[in-house]
Amino acid sequence: MVEAASYRFLSPPRKRQDAASTSPRCNDQETISMSPIPTLLRSLPHSARPPKPNRRVLPGFGLTLGFAVAYLGLIVLIPLAGVFLRASGMTWEEFWTITTSRSVVATYKITFGVSLAAAVTNAVFGLIAAWVLVRYRFPGKRIFDGIVDLPFALPTAVAGIALTTIYAETGFLGQFFYAWGIETAYSRIGIYIALTFIGLPFVIRCLQPVLEDLDKEVEEASATLGAGRWQTYRRIIFPAILPAWLTGFSLAYARAVGEYGSVIFISGNMPFRTEITPLIIVKYLEQYQFAEATAVAAVMLVASFIILLFINILQRWSESFGKARS
Amino acid sequence: MEAKKTMHAPKLHRFRASSVPRTRFATTEHPAVRWLLTGITVTFLTVFLLFPLFTVFHEAFSRGMEMYLASFDDRFIRHSIKLTLMTAAIAVPLNLIFGIAAAWAVTKFDFRGKSLLVTVIDLPFSVSPVIAGFVFILIFGAHGYLGPWVEKAGIQIVFAFPGIVLATTFGTVPFIARELIPLMEAQGRDEEYAAMTLGASGWRTFFKVTLPNVKWGLFYGVILCNARAMGEFGGVEVVSGSISGRTNTMTLQIQQLYFDYATVPAFAVASVLAFLALVTLILKNALEWWSHR
Repeated sequence: MVEAASYRFLSPPRKRQDAASTSPRCNDQETISMSPIPTLLRSLPHSARPPKPNRRVLPGFGLTLGFAVAYLGLIVLIPLAGVFLRASGMTWEEFWTITTSRSVVATYKITFGVSLAAAVTNAVFGLIAAWVLVRYRFPGKRIFDGIVDLPFALPTAVAGIALTTIYAETGFLGQFFYAWGIETAYSRIGIYIALTFIGLPFVIRCLQPVLEDLDKEVEEASATLGAGRWQTYRRIIFPAILPAWLTGFSLAYARAVGEYGSVIFISGNMPFRTEITPLIIVKYLEQYQFAEATAVAAVMLVASFIILLFINILQRWSESFGKARS
Repeated sequence: MEAKKTMHAPKLHRFRASSVPRTRFATTEHPAVRWLLTGITVTFLTVFLLFPLFTVFHEAFSRGMEMYLASFDDRFIRHSIKLTLMTAAIAVPLNLIFGIAAAWAVTKFDFRGKSLLVTVIDLPFSVSPVIAGFVFILIFGAHGYLGPWVEKAGIQIVFAFPGIVLATTFGTVPFIARELIPLMEAQGRDEEYAAMTLGASGWRTFFKVTLPNVKWGLFYGVILCNARAMGEFGGVEVVSGSISGRTNTMTLQIQQLYFDYATVPAFAVASVLAFLALVTLILKNALEWWSHR
């Protein structure tokens, strides 16, 4: 339960959640009334339903919702809106010049490109790891399963200095890479390593519950009907885990795009080569170039909103997928 | 084909013998494949997770226990620890109250825009931490919307403690709410309805019925939120100005020490936070194991 709980916002919604969010009215009536009338009412169009008396039985609706909305407004929404408000004070030309300047575009390429590479790596290895952790037994499995969440709990700055130490020229793993002529620290490869670390839990934790729920009987049936193992993967298992897999991938990508703490230690922060977009915002701020910082921040925010929207669409998809299956 | 074979008695034995491996691997992989996949997983997780964790403690103790302990005998490091503890002591309770209120509203009532509210709770998670600090500079900074007003009132928010608390709170908003919502959703509303029917007040219902049901999930949420609050970096760096001995939190102090080539003290401070992360993970697994039993 705890596992499901902690990753609920990372994983496709469960059935209960789904029932409550998609048809809240039906859910409520089922718990309160035993008569068959609500079933009848449900088939009526919304406007034809009579108003339901005292639907909110429990107290505190106004207080808790009011507080939650006010809190989110003050801490999250108004501050974020401030970025767009400030950006809207610029002329379009000004905004365009800043956000498409050579140095800024170079950071987009690094941030979005390397994040993609890291998220793809996590998608591939995460799929293998989730499969192994759910299906096989091997010594130390519990420890490996438990440690998956480490990037989630370990401060990014700590991860950053640890990874830099490992992959530096004299480092534990770095010495081998440097011997082969691969510069792992202070390069894009370093950024890639840090972003892979940061996004590691998402694909695994999104896939695990889905793989656990997967009916072994369906696979047995598939094998009985003469399907080879590959055919079963392709036609039975893969379609079932696809939405969760894509959700995990997008979450890892979203996390990597915004990541700052672990990257700045290992990247070396060279303009045009290893400078990420969040860092250029910090640099603009240090030089009191607020207009530049605001414009680039607005672009980053829009990018994260788009990824978040995509994740929401994916979750809707996996919800409808779950319904179709059951 | 195979059905035909079984009809001929003499061939039955051969059919069985040849089909044994096929049925054995019909719903699992060949042992060699299993070994390969397990090997890949163990290597991947060891390289990416165990090595960094090990490195933190290895580097912190590389010059021996005495040097490790001596690292904490530094005014700036002590101040950074104090500042981090104070920040978490404000940010975590704020997010605890918010988490409980949001979870109560979302799981015990039906209203329009519920899924929008849930999405907004997740928002800080996908926003870059740098932006989390930047937004408060835009509001309270010298050129910010409320900058002149704040200055007139004599309060310093940016490059000071309040700014650090704001950026940390922003970054850790989702954690407790997201822990509670699925738990309380799964509990349903029947027990609360029963309590109300029996005449309990709203507060009594919450403390005697709802809270005992979710207390361990809530506990883990608080621990996770605390670990994240203490580890907050990007947002705090932007908003605090990183003034050693004044606005440096633990993570900022780590950065400063590391860039000053003070490796042992940097990893010594990092080891404290890594230990906190380990405790968080162990607790999560213990609670999971306990609830599965």
